[in-house]
Amino acid sequence: MDLFEYQGKQYFAQFGISVSPGGVADTVDEAVAAAEKAGYPVVVKAQVKVGGRGKAGGIKLADNADEVRLHAGNILGMDIKGHVVRRLWVEHSSDIAKEYYASFTLDRPNKCHLGMLSKEGGVEIEVVAEENPDAIAKISIDPIVGLTLEAATEWVAAANLDEEARVQAAQLLVKLYTCYVEGDCDLAEINPLILTTEGQVHALDAKVTLDDNASYRHPEWADFAWGETEDVREQMAKEKGLNYIGLDGTVGIIANGAGLAMSTLDVVNQVGGSAANFLDIGGGASPDVMAAALEVINSDPKVKAIFVNIFGGITKVDDVANGILEALRRVTIAAPIVLRLDGTNAAEGRALLQPHLNDQLIAEPTMLDAARRAVALAGK
Amino acid sequence: MSIFVDENTKVIVQGLTGGQGRFHGLRNRDYGTKVVAGTSPSKAGTDVDGVPIYANMAEAVAATGATASFVVVPPAGACAAIMEAAQAGIEFIVCITEGIPAQDEALTYARLVQEFPGTRLLGPNCPGIISPGKCNIGITSGDIALAGGPVGIVSRSGTLTYQALYELSSQGIGQTTCVGIGGDPVPGTNFIDCLEAFQADPETKAIMMIGEIGGSEEERAAQYIADYVTKPVVSYVAGVTAPPGRKMGHAGAIISGSQGTAQAKMDALRAAGVTIALNPTEAGNAMIEVVKNLK
Repeated sequence: MDLFEYQGKQYFAQFGISVSPGGVADTVDEAVAAAEKAGYPVVVKAQVKVGGRGKAGGIKLADNADEVRLHAGNILGMDIKGHVVRRLWVEHSSDIAKEYYASFTLDRPNKCHLGMLSKEGGVEIEVVAEENPDAIAKISIDPIVGLTLEAATEWVAAANLDEEARVQAAQLLVKLYTCYVEGDCDLAEINPLILTTEGQVHALDAKVTLDDNASYRHPEWADFAWGETEDVREQMAKEKGLNYIGLDGTVGIIANGAGLAMSTLDVVNQVGGSAANFLDIGGGASPDVMAAALEVINSDPKVKAIFVNIFGGITKVDDVANGILEALRRVTIAAPIVLRLDGTNAAEGRALLQPHLNDQLIAEPTMLDAARRAVALAGK
Repeated sequence: MSIFVDENTKVIVQGLTGGQGRFHGLRNRDYGTKVVAGTSPSKAGTDVDGVPIYANMAEAVAATGATASFVVVPPAGACAAIMEAAQAGIEFIVCITEGIPAQDEALTYARLVQEFPGTRLLGPNCPGIISPGKCNIGITSGDIALAGGPVGIVSRSGTLTYQALYELSSQGIGQTTCVGIGGDPVPGTNFIDCLEAFQADPETKAIMMIGEIGGSEEERAAQYIADYVTKPVVSYVAGVTAPPGRKMGHAGAIISGSQGTAQAKMDALRAAGVTIALNPTEAGNAMIEVVKNLK
């Protein structure tokens, strides 16, 4: 789960990382109230999960209530790269002397944690990495040892941060690492990390991705659910606990396992169709899950055919078959369903469905045959 | 021959008394795998369909001499189960658990490397390993595998592993071993580990490698193939049509920036001399051609 900037800052604050005082606002009046509390001058910032907010006019400086009203009114409702601004973060403006970059993420090839620090912050790190890779100081962190203050101190020196920032930056980086590990982040990034003209180091932005797998031990993450997805199909799928991504095509996809689901998208594409979604019902899917999956797909008016591609492993095909029958009892599925069922208990599953097959519920022997049939049905 | 396991491998199922553990553990046994024990702290002294249950791994290993374990426990307990197996002297641990936090995986991997360098972890979040006719540890349906070789399979995706087995078996092509390494960010065993083992196995004559978007493991495997693998390799990479920035189910399957696209992976593999197929069926057909030309 990606966090909004304000959520990321609230998360950082829980780990003692210094951020600017500010408040959340969903209306112009709330923006003024937040500004009064934070103290002028303030920065009014659009809360969207996409980069390039500043260039799009989504970040404005305001010296008084009138200016806050003007900017908040303009920014609320603004469309930034397809993301509509519904919430603002209003914070006390900082006098920036220097802008740095800092992040922690998993270094997958080396199976350890990767810290990146640069004195060239404020721009995208990918740009720095391309144009001036030497400006990024990388550090590999053994998960057993963690990031010590000593290592962080060497690191800020290696990154050549300004002398007056180093002590505070090293302390902040240790806290950011703690946030990354104990806070179960996939990514904890501060860009820019600033040195103010008063000599203070703090986080001016926050980009945090939480590891969804760890949500069971973070009940507090429920607070971050606001505005997580704007796609109604994704919202519905999430409520039903499904792994769903909305796409633009006409063939609804249900598969078990991420790899098979991805492959199903590929094959539908190769035979001339386009997928309406990615949907992995996961391992050990119960009849309820299958029924919920069909209901979500059925709610998408663009879907003209549904391709159910199951290769049972931990998922049992007879459970899938029962789920399909359950769904057909519960709701009228508008589009024809093309089935391809193999693997664990496939014979039992096929036998369960056999009496129900008709021109709205079709079985095909292979993945390719089923893809062709579904694409043909969607094209009518 | 097979890699990592064989017909003599004795297996303890950690979680045999649970619903999933019972189903898959007993299915593995019925396939012919030497499932010699299960563990459960609260059910020691009982049995699951004749398989004795011990309180912990140390006792189970002492009583049975097992060298492999099958971890079928929920995410919150899986890493502790892996470490318990390693501490008990288990050499080969298969963990199918899906949904383990990445921080726990990274820490567990680091601890295994440091404290138990002789222990190999397969997974987490993988379908397991099957050496047809000899040993099946995990959730793969045994009836889709065909004994006798000559193909070794390694795959990041569970269901695509089954698909690959099915494509080959239905055409009469057998497998030496099929390894599902799993789609999580920190797999205990990676493509290169399996490629190395298949290259060294005299009965494996050709290798099928199934990748997917995200990370750079396929690119690293391509480099390894170019440098060390002399056997023919056929590969399929899932996710050509995946949109960037969206996690496709697996925690590891995400295209970030220009990193991790299926196209980049296919290009790297092709440059290493690997035959590239665009879907699982095509991969099966390509392997059939390869096998024909072996003789």
